[in-house]
Amino acid sequence: MIAEAGHYALVLALALALIQSIVPLVGARLRDDALMNVARSTALAQLLFVGASFIALVTLHVNSDFSVANVYENSHSMKPLLYKITGVWGNHEGSMLLWVSILALFGGLVAAFGNNLPLSLRAHVLAVQAWIASAFYLFILVTSNPFLRIANPPIEGRDLNPVLQDIGLAVHPPMLYLGYVGFSISFSFAIAALLEGRIDAAWARWVRPWTLVAWIFLTLGIAMGSYWAYYELGWGGWWFWDPVENASLMPWLAGTALLHSALVMEKRNALKVWTILLSILTFSLSLLGTFLVRSGVITSVHAFATDPTRGVFILLILCLFIGGSLSLFAARATSLKQGGLFAPISREGALVLNNLLLTVACAVVLFGTLYPLAMEMLADFKMSVGAPFYNLTFAPLFTLLLLAVPFGPLLAWKRGDLLGVTQRLLAAGVAGLVAVAIVWGWARGGSALAPLAIGLGIFVIAGAVTDIVERTGLVRLPFATALHRARGLPRSAWGSALAHAGLGVALIGIVCETTWNSEYIATMKQNDVAHVAGYDVKLDGLFQRQGPNYREMIAEFNVSHDGEALSVMTPSKRNFTTRGSSTTEAALLTRGASQLYISLGDTTAEGTIAVRIYHKPLVLLIWWGPVLMAFGGVLSLSDRRLRVGAPKPARAKQRLQPAE
Amino acid sequence: MRRMMVAFLALMLLAWPAVHAVQPDEIMSDPAKESRARDLSRELRCMVCQNQSIDDSDAPLARDLRLLVRERIAAGDSNSQVLDFLVARYGEFVLLKPRFERQTMLLWLLAPLLLTGGGLALWLQIRRRARSGADVPAAPLTPEEEARLAALMSDEATSR
Repeated sequence: MIAEAGHYALVLALALALIQSIVPLVGARLRDDALMNVARSTALAQLLFVGASFIALVTLHVNSDFSVANVYENSHSMKPLLYKITGVWGNHEGSMLLWVSILALFGGLVAAFGNNLPLSLRAHVLAVQAWIASAFYLFILVTSNPFLRIANPPIEGRDLNPVLQDIGLAVHPPMLYLGYVGFSISFSFAIAALLEGRIDAAWARWVRPWTLVAWIFLTLGIAMGSYWAYYELGWGGWWFWDPVENASLMPWLAGTALLHSALVMEKRNALKVWTILLSILTFSLSLLGTFLVRSGVITSVHAFATDPTRGVFILLILCLFIGGSLSLFAARATSLKQGGLFAPISREGALVLNNLLLTVACAVVLFGTLYPLAMEMLADFKMSVGAPFYNLTFAPLFTLLLLAVPFGPLLAWKRGDLLGVTQRLLAAGVAGLVAVAIVWGWARGGSALAPLAIGLGIFVIAGAVTDIVERTGLVRLPFATALHRARGLPRSAWGSALAHAGLGVALIGIVCETTWNSEYIATMKQNDVAHVAGYDVKLDGLFQRQGPNYREMIAEFNVSHDGEALSVMTPSKRNFTTRGSSTTEAALLTRGASQLYISLGDTTAEGTIAVRIYHKPLVLLIWWGPVLMAFGGVLSLSDRRLRVGAPKPARAKQRLQPAE
Repeated sequence: MRRMMVAFLALMLLAWPAVHAVQPDEIMSDPAKESRARDLSRELRCMVCQNQSIDDSDAPLARDLRLLVRERIAAGDSNSQVLDFLVARYGEFVLLKPRFERQTMLLWLLAPLLLTGGGLALWLQIRRRARSGADVPAAPLTPEEEARLAALMSDEATSR
């Protein structure tokens, strides 16, 4: 019953989306307010029905209703409740349902909180949202229905893939989707602007909060996925330049560029055409990511060819939306007038440079991901593009970007004074050079570039501090005045300074982890002691334990540093009986921002066990950086100016008039 | 989207016993040679895996390749000779960092070309527009906006 209700709710949502695709546009053409307002009701109703459908699937999973194929294939009655719920999006069908739920959520939010938007703009935006929604509802209903029943229901399910039974993976996909799908809003705004043929600074002001929300979630989602890979996959890697990771990195790079170009548009009414194009590209890349991951085309062209239904369907959606929107852009972009002039050396100029570097980085990832596919299909040449290629091409691009980051916020709009800004950044530059010297003196071994990279990180952080110091006048003015000015500083200024500092923090973490990571690989038996980076790690013994749906073998290690006992670490290997597969649970000991990492390998008959112990200096900075960036985003989002949004103070102002 | 990667990794975990990448018994006695072997391993693809280097992979094939790399190093091959040997055996597919060749030229040149081309075009355009001066007139208001503007103006007038 629940499954059928969920299925039916989804069909109703499709019907609503189809109405919402057409009626508001007709209304806008006829200038009929009632018809345009239909979009608001249908968007909210869609949210209701898709939400019901999603809750239905969650209920089925929680109840372990194995008569539903999706539950049977991905759940188990003994699975902990948390993983019964998160198992809903741990598979293709369920994750697509989550995708459309989030799409409906964003549509609903625009409908509910978009009161300050001009009616026709809101009608257009919601109509475009409905086009996307209709396409994906159809995709789910036709190729990936999660509510299909099994004729003879089995007694027990096949359990969720054990690597997915983890809290990190519980939160990671929804975050990532909030990011991906959130960019659909800026896409819809861009298409609406093209359809209406009107775009101005107010448009940028409406779009920026939505873009920012999506960007915050995507940042956190990517960081969380990376941390999950780090501790769960058992070899301490945190970024693999895997096509699937690239699929999430591309919208992030484009979205970051979009955030910055929308800023120029809002403040200076320039870069309009480019901002529209970026809005389209960012969401197109999200769609492309969906295609790459969902169609299996990445595994190999042949895997795609053997079961092409889903792939071809998404490819159609992809061509329709990307092709359609780009054609519309080509047709209409020339009618958008460029405003706001600026000199090459100016805040605008710096933001253009930011956009150039980020889009080139994005193009590199896109090319690297698709090039081998194209080569295999067109030239029958099998090749690989992996981490060494990306590291080599990304390093110079990001070095340039990071060198420029401290300059941007200090430059004046319209026409900047590069020499003046350089002087003001002198302290930050000196801080960077001192860091280089110190690291050079201390470092034993490792790349000669590492101290330089750390100096760059410090320069970026110090540059962000300089930005705040300059704005508050901390050095020039009396402390009380500076404090007062700091309070009056818009939150978005704090936000951008924090986000920029986060970049430097992440860079330092990346450099330290890759350069001074110590590794110990050996077979150990009871009472053996391993010496890693000043730590003594003693194997106390091996134990067996029974978990809810697995059996695990735990190794107990006593860790001490300079004879002082620190902690007991218990890495384990879990064996999941239903799937007959196992996972390694690494043990982590955090000391400041550094971590000691132990994971287990195979045991031998003589009672020895293969052990990998890593010491990863300052590794946590890799994720603190993005967290800082996201926090900066949240601060920026809470800025009054963004919340106030469109200018409509007429009535409020009237009330404030003194009675005469 | 990352979940697909997870699925692939999971597939690997299903297909092969969970062992670790570099095994204790593989390590060469000479630390310098071992470190060369590790660096090379990071550039070589485990061909049966989803985008993993043989240094990261648990697959038996990756182990065979790691041993092969160490064998060649022990036999006195230079790093490029080891790579040549593997490419001759398994094709360009084995290299995670493609060589600069006719087929891969576009890939390698993409970033520098885009950066210089894009930078140059932008610089010229900004300069041209900054010189040409004249700002463009704003888009005309729609009738509703005209009406709203009139209402606002009259509001202001009455409140005064």
